[in-house]
Amino acid sequence: MRSLLAFMKKEWMEQIRCGRLIILGILFVLLGIMNPAAAKLTPWLLEIMADSLAESGITVTEVTVSALDSWTQFFKNLPLGLIAFVLLQSSIFTKEYDTGTLMLVFTKGFNRMKALAAKASMLLLFWSAGYWLCFGITYCYNAYFWDNSTAHSLMPAAACWWVFGLWVITLCVLFSVQAKSNLSVLAGTGSIVLLFFLLGMFPQCREYVPTALTDGASLIYGARTMQVYLFPLILTVILCIFCLAISIPLFHTKKL
Amino acid sequence: MDILQITDLHKHFGGKEVLKGLTLSVPEHSIFGFIGKNGAGKTTTMKMILGLLKADAGTITVAGENVVYGQTSVNRQIGYLPDVPEFYPFMTAREYLSFCGEITEMNPGEIRTRSRELLELVGLGSEKHRIKGFSRGMMQRLGIAQALLHRPKLLICDEPTSALDPVGRKEILELLLTVRKQTTVLFSTHILSDVERICTDVAFLNNGAVHLKGALADIMQKYRTEEYILEPENVADLAILRQAFPGMGPINGNQLHFSQKVCNLFDVLAFTADRRIPLTKLERLEPSLESLFMQLVRPLDARA
Repeated sequence: MRSLLAFMKKEWMEQIRCGRLIILGILFVLLGIMNPAAAKLTPWLLEIMADSLAESGITVTEVTVSALDSWTQFFKNLPLGLIAFVLLQSSIFTKEYDTGTLMLVFTKGFNRMKALAAKASMLLLFWSAGYWLCFGITYCYNAYFWDNSTAHSLMPAAACWWVFGLWVITLCVLFSVQAKSNLSVLAGTGSIVLLFFLLGMFPQCREYVPTALTDGASLIYGARTMQVYLFPLILTVILCIFCLAISIPLFHTKKL
Repeated sequence: MDILQITDLHKHFGGKEVLKGLTLSVPEHSIFGFIGKNGAGKTTTMKMILGLLKADAGTITVAGENVVYGQTSVNRQIGYLPDVPEFYPFMTAREYLSFCGEITEMNPGEIRTRSRELLELVGLGSEKHRIKGFSRGMMQRLGIAQALLHRPKLLICDEPTSALDPVGRKEILELLLTVRKQTTVLFSTHILSDVERICTDVAFLNNGAVHLKGALADIMQKYRTEEYILEPENVADLAILRQAFPGMGPINGNQLHFSQKVCNLFDVLAFTADRRIPLTKLERLEPSLESLFMQLVRPLDARA
């Protein structure tokens, strides 16, 4: 256990000293602020643009915004946060293969399983911290300006998107275990996510794929109930476990 | 007792067979020189000892424990120094040693004491900068410190001096001599002067197998030839000597070379004494590892 914690401490130190955690922190804080800011600024922006819109034949009437607009913005901005996260963390394994630093650690008898567990858990932890920080900031601003209770099933909707992020990160771990460069990790992860997005375009599959979890807006507007999300939620959790489980034997036989 | 035992090790990459039944044993508390040309299979063998590469056939035991590919528990008995070691550049030397101690589950007090001792030993005791600013020599010295931290029974050094300047090489060789008291050193190299300088035992690897192994002193004794170099003071005496002993051959300047088989040493000495030929040099030729290695490698290469 001590050795696992020591490796996690090393990961933490690396994230801090190489500036990755600071970049992610700033990004998630900005995203958290942007959601209510965009909602708050919408009436003012429309008012400024009213004249030019009128020339085009569009009449701008009085616009009222609520917490729902801010939460809609939250779900729209999340892909940006997740993509930035994956881009920044895609080299967490491959850089160590490249430099040989991980090989030196294993020559001391450090268990490969522990290295995998430490890296995967730190990634999941960083994603969770960033995600819920962004959520918390948006929640507080929304509570200050409007009323969060207008959003239906807010917590389940947020949890669904968070689980979707966890799945993307476990995919990133799976590809990192085998890939030689971070570009391969990005290509592999991106391809699988894209594949599920394409599958989600078919009406028969729409409600069963992990990408269905990203439709948080339908939940908060009450257009859908949480029951619709149960199947993709369970499937995504199973896929997360599968990705991590298959990473273990692959990492054990990885040639360094 | 042998700390490392390798039996009938085979490995091929694609169609190329790199190791063809390598068998080797390394006695405890020796500095074992593992000699071979570039590409002879030295690094492959070392990576197999560390469980980083899978053997096609054969067994490896370290301190009585079998090495299994992908499982690293045996590595607790081993310290490893690669030819170009890479460490986490965002750490200081002390932080890196502390990290190494923690992942091997040493107790915190021992990590502190041992880190201080080793950093002093390798001359990095007062170094406070992060590793990213270290020179190659400093990296190699830190490499020795990290490899010795957990008091391994076997220290494996893969060509530790090949990338260093003469000063760095000297420092590393001296360090390896110092650490012999603490551990057994398996030292791969193709720089034969380094082996002559510090090794107690050697093995010559060629064409995927060990062709000669044993204590360095025994090998040198075994392959010692009765050959001499004679240098008369006056160049005119060269012709007199060559006339009396036709088996003598000239070498550069005013020196003659002869073998005991062809010219008896005492006859040569008696002749020079009788004729009152002044000598400036009479030297028995010691075989060098280089000449020995070339003798071993050439016939095999010719056959290949």
